[in-house]
Amino acid sequence: MALPAIEEIKAKIEAAIPGASVTVIQNGSPSAQHSLLLDHAHAPAVAKFLRDHAELRLDYCTLVTGVDWPDTETSEKIKVKKLVKAADGTESEQEVDEVRKTKVPGYLEAVYHLFSMEKKHGPVVIRLRTANRTDDTHVPSLTPIWRGAEFQEREAFDLYGIVFDGHPDLRRILMWEGFKDFPMRKDYVPPPDEIPDVAAQAAGQESHA
Amino acid sequence: MRDALLDRDIYEPEEGEIMEVAMGPHHPSTHGVFRMDVKLEGERVIKLKPVFGYLHRNHEKIAENGAYLSAIPYTDRLDYLCSMTNNWGYVMAVEKLAGLSVPERAEYLRVIVAELTRFQNHAGLIGFLLQDMGASGTPLMYAFREREKVLDLFESLSGARMMCNYMRFGGLRVDATKEWLDEVRSLVTRLPGFVDEFEALLRANEILLARTQGTGVLPRELAINASVTGPMLRASGVNYDIRKVDHYGVYDRFNFKVPLGEHGDVYDRYMMRLLEMRETVKILEQALRDIPEGPVMDPKVRLRGLRPKPGEAYGRIESPKGELGFFLISDGTGNPYRYRVRPPSMINLTILEDMCLNHNIADVVIILGSVDIVLGEVDR
Amino acid sequence: MLGEGIIQGLVETARNFFGSYVEKDRLTTVQYPEERNELPEASRNFPFLLFDGPDPEAGLRCVACQICEKECPPRCIHIEKSKDKKPDFVGKPQAYPAVFNIDVSVCMSCQICVEVCPFDAIRMDKVYELSTDDRFRGLLYTKKELAKSNEYYQQIHPVEAAETDERRVKEAEEARAKAAAAEAAAKAKAAAAAAAPPAADASTNGAAAPAKPAETKVTPQ
Repeated sequence: MALPAIEEIKAKIEAAIPGASVTVIQNGSPSAQHSLLLDHAHAPAVAKFLRDHAELRLDYCTLVTGVDWPDTETSEKIKVKKLVKAADGTESEQEVDEVRKTKVPGYLEAVYHLFSMEKKHGPVVIRLRTANRTDDTHVPSLTPIWRGAEFQEREAFDLYGIVFDGHPDLRRILMWEGFKDFPMRKDYVPPPDEIPDVAAQAAGQESHA
Repeated sequence: MRDALLDRDIYEPEEGEIMEVAMGPHHPSTHGVFRMDVKLEGERVIKLKPVFGYLHRNHEKIAENGAYLSAIPYTDRLDYLCSMTNNWGYVMAVEKLAGLSVPERAEYLRVIVAELTRFQNHAGLIGFLLQDMGASGTPLMYAFREREKVLDLFESLSGARMMCNYMRFGGLRVDATKEWLDEVRSLVTRLPGFVDEFEALLRANEILLARTQGTGVLPRELAINASVTGPMLRASGVNYDIRKVDHYGVYDRFNFKVPLGEHGDVYDRYMMRLLEMRETVKILEQALRDIPEGPVMDPKVRLRGLRPKPGEAYGRIESPKGELGFFLISDGTGNPYRYRVRPPSMINLTILEDMCLNHNIADVVIILGSVDIVLGEVDR
Repeated sequence: MLGEGIIQGLVETARNFFGSYVEKDRLTTVQYPEERNELPEASRNFPFLLFDGPDPEAGLRCVACQICEKECPPRCIHIEKSKDKKPDFVGKPQAYPAVFNIDVSVCMSCQICVEVCPFDAIRMDKVYELSTDDRFRGLLYTKKELAKSNEYYQQIHPVEAAETDERRVKEAEEARAKAAAAEAAAKAKAAAAAAAPPAADASTNGAAAPAKPAETKVTPQ
């Protein structure tokens, strides 16, 4: 039985769980794997619904990915009325082009790929976004619904800093205990290397020779 | 006491003291640098925490800093015993992302090398599992004899025995010659005899049966909920083989069965790999019989400087360890924005504790051996 | 009977043990280093640079285009382009690498540099007995250690080398034919130009010298 289209799934979720905010995020690539963005308050309930619904039966959470979207800046040209001084000293109001830059705050994202072992269909992709990258990086954990997300959410916490509320054992998994900072973020700066770059040194000697 | 969240019993010690043992990372039976913090009450395991990350090489960030082509040699080194299937998983994800198609001869060759990889992986795994049980090397060396033949074939095809770097998005790097295919055919005629011999070596061995039957039982519902895949899932009775579910490549042209287990114990997982070796030989025979002539690379594909449209794609294959998937997010430039590997070995370790509770510590080693982990994939 | 399974297994072991004296297939040990396995043709280990002819400097095929440096996944190649130029196998003046270093402690033998080179200048070697006790300088191969002749390449990879040589001979011939055709066309144009003005000049005053035929620059072969 084929998986219903993403808009139908959204309609089913909104019908079953009132108040849940579900947004469809389109996917630009030919794979056409569109995703659903969920809000924090209803995400566990939506996840349970997706797992237990008779038609969907998405009982297999394959992959939990952390993604880092850093702060960006958008600039737009807008026409603004400003007082402009002409060459002879008189002031007049004219429309001038001004470039206004707005900061778009970044966020961290957890992407879940869901398949169904019973119905053998999928994938359904759901996303959870944090408020920002600095102080509020909490999302609800979906480990109580899919046990397979346990180690992967720990990895997203370890490498990105996404804190999963409700995870039974949230601690670092790949890096050692006591490691500071989050390596997979785009603005991560590794600590300086103590090993000398031998190739560059030798090359320096060669070109002088 | 009961852990409400994970829905299992927390064992309190009855009498005596609790001993904490760190098994690993320097350990001959943990299949790599892998540590298990085991709490024992006598010889009984009451708590087990897997600790890994000793082989973490930050493969994902390296791939995000390089081009799409540069990531292919790094995928060889994920599950370093099965480099061909790792390559296939990644190029399938890129092909889904960029909408590329693959010529037919390339699809058949991909199936042939992937099934050869699966064969040598399962043979090696059974050898390692039996060595962990104490058969001190003999089954392992028999498995390695066949594995050497497969690796010699890979060397004459792609240039390297293990880190093959053979697949490209849109096809393969080089074509296989007629001589190579004839050598594969002559190997495949001898493989059923090898599997019979290998099975007869330990099929009815009383020590094996006593140690493995009933040990490390994984119930069906827990296996599905814990995202277990591969032979471990099928040993628990769930019929989910991605070759049959997704019909990727040309697998729907081949006639093969998916063996299922009944009990989900270590013996079923061991038999699962033996039976899958037989099915693999069937697929190889059919693929070698039907392989067409033609090109192996789509000429329109840009290998250097591939810039897929912004979007994302998840591509997955049935690797010998389980479901190996690659999730790629492209932002339109030549480097992937996000590159994520779904490591089957790491995810299959989620329920290691559940399987080992209440068993003796000697069983922990064989249960871990039956999960089939390769640390290159667990840690990436 | 208890132990029947174990005895069955031991029968298999015995078959392999006694069989190894009889069947070659069952005894696969190679007594290295007295015996060595023959490497198949496609086998690869580390890259090397090719040169044609007897002189490694003059015949080096590499033109320091730096494509291999850009595409190398672990970035183990370091190239510095020369300031002057020298002619290549079709006669066109090309730059050459003043410095070409490969750090083989980083190189992962992936063969991508070979795939992307447009000048057939870098190929994979098969030698694997390369251990040295100098961990740093001994594992940095410079142009001197990397440059090997085309004859060596023909010995280690005969099929690939035959293909490459055939293609290069064809390219050289095409380039020569194109240059000859260009020269002939230029000569014909010059002859036509020389024929026309003297007729025009003779009609005017006859004292003007015939126009010099335009000389196109043709690099000597």
